[in-house]
Amino acid sequence: MPDELLAIHGLNAGTEEKPILHDIDLTLGTGETHVLMGPNGAGKSTLGRVIMGDPAYQVSSGTIAFDGRDITQESSDKRSLAGVFLSYQAPVEIPGVPLNSFLRTIVQKRPELKMTGREFRRRLKEVASQLDFDSSYLSRELNVGFSGGEKKKVEMMQLLLLKPKLAILDETDSGLDVDALSVVSRGMEAYRAECDGTLLIITHNTRILERLDVDRCHVMVKGHLVAEGDSSLVGEIDREGFGRFETAEAELAGEEA
Amino acid sequence: MAEQEKATRAQVADVDRSLYDFVKPEVGYERFADGLNEEVVRAISAKKDEPDWMLDLRLRSLDIYHKMDMAPNWGPSIDGLDMDNISTYVSSGAEQAASWDEVPEDIKDTFERLGIPQAERSYLAGVGAQYDSELVYHNMQESAAQMGVVYSGIEEALHGEYEGLIHDHFMHLVPPTDHKFAALHGAVWSGGSFVYVPKGVKVEFPLQSYFRLNAKGAGQFEHTLIIVEDGADLHFIEGCSAPKYNVANLHAGCVELFVGKGAHLRYSTIENWSKNMYNLNTKRARVEEDGRMEWVSGSFGSHVSYLYPSTLLVGARSSCEYTGITFAGAGQDLDTGCKMVLTAPDTRISVSAKSLSKGGGKSTFRSEVIVGEKAERAKATVSCASLMLDDQSRSDTIPAMDVRCPSASVGHEATIGRISDDTIAYLMSRGMTEAEARTVVVNGFANPVSKELPMEYAVEMNNLIKLEMEGAIG
Repeated sequence: MPDELLAIHGLNAGTEEKPILHDIDLTLGTGETHVLMGPNGAGKSTLGRVIMGDPAYQVSSGTIAFDGRDITQESSDKRSLAGVFLSYQAPVEIPGVPLNSFLRTIVQKRPELKMTGREFRRRLKEVASQLDFDSSYLSRELNVGFSGGEKKKVEMMQLLLLKPKLAILDETDSGLDVDALSVVSRGMEAYRAECDGTLLIITHNTRILERLDVDRCHVMVKGHLVAEGDSSLVGEIDREGFGRFETAEAELAGEEA
Repeated sequence: MAEQEKATRAQVADVDRSLYDFVKPEVGYERFADGLNEEVVRAISAKKDEPDWMLDLRLRSLDIYHKMDMAPNWGPSIDGLDMDNISTYVSSGAEQAASWDEVPEDIKDTFERLGIPQAERSYLAGVGAQYDSELVYHNMQESAAQMGVVYSGIEEALHGEYEGLIHDHFMHLVPPTDHKFAALHGAVWSGGSFVYVPKGVKVEFPLQSYFRLNAKGAGQFEHTLIIVEDGADLHFIEGCSAPKYNVANLHAGCVELFVGKGAHLRYSTIENWSKNMYNLNTKRARVEEDGRMEWVSGSFGSHVSYLYPSTLLVGARSSCEYTGITFAGAGQDLDTGCKMVLTAPDTRISVSAKSLSKGGGKSTFRSEVIVGEKAERAKATVSCASLMLDDQSRSDTIPAMDVRCPSASVGHEATIGRISDDTIAYLMSRGMTEAEARTVVVNGFANPVSKELPMEYAVEMNNLIKLEMEGAIG
C-alpha cells in the first residue's frame, strides 16, 4: 500500500442552493491511477472542483487531506501550489493575455520549477511539440478562438509544465472528440512517464483508458460513491452501463430515508 | 458575518494616485481673484503683452460665455463647479527656462518626481512643462530645430514670425461658440504649446508637453496648437496631473490639430487629474487628403470628465484611428469617447475603446460618427468594451451614428461585462491569488491600449491599474 496522497472522509458539499455530494470517502495512493465514472449529472465534475477548492462550492462537512495536510479550508491557489491540478472540461478564454506569458507566470509561482527565461522557452517548445501544439499559437491570447482540441492541448501543456503531484482530469464530455481524446491520452502518458504522478480521471468514456493501467475505478450516482473496484469494473461498465449502480443508489437513498 | 467575509475578498484597488498627490506651497505667487469678469480677462491679456486681435478674441469669448447656459443638459453633473470660486490665473512668476537648472527648485522637483526630465533624456525630441498657468520649461533637441521644426510656448510664438499662422488657426477648429467651456477657454486661456512641422519633415522622436496644476481652487486653460504640414510626421505626447484638494479645480484646455496632405500625427494622452478636478477639455483635429490621425487616450483621473477628441476628415482617403481607455473609480463620473466627421470619399475611421469602473465609479463611452453625403465608400468601425469590477459600478455605452451616404459601410460592436467567477476560479486553480487573477484579467483587458502607448506610459498605466488584497492580510 503506497502512501496516501489524497484522503477524503465523509465529505458533503454543494452550491449555496443545493447539496450535490453526499458522504464521499475516497483515498488515492501516491502514483496510482484512479477512474471516476458515472452517468451524466452524477456530480463527478463537482467532486473535481471541490478537491481543487473552487469557491463556487461549499463543504458542509467532512475533510479533504492532501499530502498529509488538511486542505479542506484552503483556497484554490494554495492547493494548486501544493500540487493539486485540475484539467478543465471547458477552460476559460482570457482576452489580452498571451498564452506564453500566462504559462510563464504560473511556472514562476512555483519556486521548485525555477528556470531562466531561456530554459522556460526551451521547455515550452519541448512540451508543445510533444502534444503537436502549433507553436505560433503560443503568442496568441489565452484560449481565445481556440478549438476544443487546442484548448485541451493548453490544459495538457500546463500539466506537463507544472508537474503536479495530483492531476484530476475532467474529461466528462470529451469522448465525442477523437482529436481531444488522443491529446489527453498523450498528455496522461507523458505525465505518468515524466512525473510519476497520481491521476484521477473523470470520464464516462472508457476509450480514454485503453492505453492506461488503471488501479482503481469508482462509480458515482447522484452524488454518492456507490461502487469501487479494480480495472475490471471499467470493462463491466463499458458492456453493461450504469444500470446496476443506479439501482444500488436507489436502495441506498431508500435506506437513508 | 457575511459582510465580513465579503470584505476580505480581493478587490481591484483604486488607482494609486500617491505618485501625483503632493502639494508645493505657493510662496510669492501671483494669483488673480476668483471669478470671471472683463477686468480679469484684460489683466491676463495685459500680462502677456499680446496682439490686439487676441484681446479682441478674449473679450468676444467672454461675451459668448456670459450668454450661454452653464450646465449641459446631458452627461455628468457639474453642479459642484462654481466659477466664482475658481481663480483663472496663477503664476509662480518663474521665467520660462530652456534648462532644468534654471527652473525653480520646488517646481523642478515636481517634474522630476513625475519623471519628465528623465523621459526627455531617454526618448523625447522635446519637452514643454507647464506649472499652473504658465510654462516653466520648453526645450527641443538641436537636430529637430535644424529640420525647421518649431516647438515652443504658444505665447512666445505669438511674438515671433508665426503670429500670422497662429492668427489663422487659433480657435478656428474649436470656436468660442462651440460650447460654454470653449468660450471660457477663449477668454482666459494661458500657456500651452505650439508645434510646427514643415512639409515632409518626419520627427523621429516624440515631443511631450506636461501640464501640472498645483494651485488649489484654480483653473488651467492651456492651448495646444499643432500644425503638421503635407507629408510630415509627428508623435506628440500630452500628460497631466494635479494633487488632490477638497475644493473644485477646473481644466478647460483646448487642443487644435491640423494634419496636412499625406501627413501623420499621433496624439497620445495620459490624464491623471486628481479627483476634485472637473476636466472639460476640448480636442479637435482636421485631416487633409491621405492624412492620418491617431489618438491614444488614457483617462484615469478627475472627478468629472467630458472628453471627446474629435476628428474632421475633410480630405479624400484620410483616416483616423482612436484607441482609448477610461478607468472610473470611487467618486468619478467619466464621460469619454470621440467624435468623427467624415465628409470626403474613401475616408476611414476605426474606434476601439475600453472602459473600467469600480467602487461605484461611473464610466460612459459616448461616440458620434457622422458620415456626410459626399463620403462615398467611407468605412467606419466602432468597438467598445466595458468591464465593471463590482456591483456598485456603472458602465454605459452611447454610440451614435449618422450616415448620409448609401455607399458607406459602418459597423459597431459593444460588450459590457464583469469578470466571471469561472475565470477567477480557473486562474486560482493555477496558483494565482484572487487579486493576481483579477490583475491578469484587467491587464489583459487593457492590453490593446497599453501596447499603443509609449513604453514609459504603458508601465505607468499598468502600475495605475494595480490590484491588491483588501483586509486579507495574515
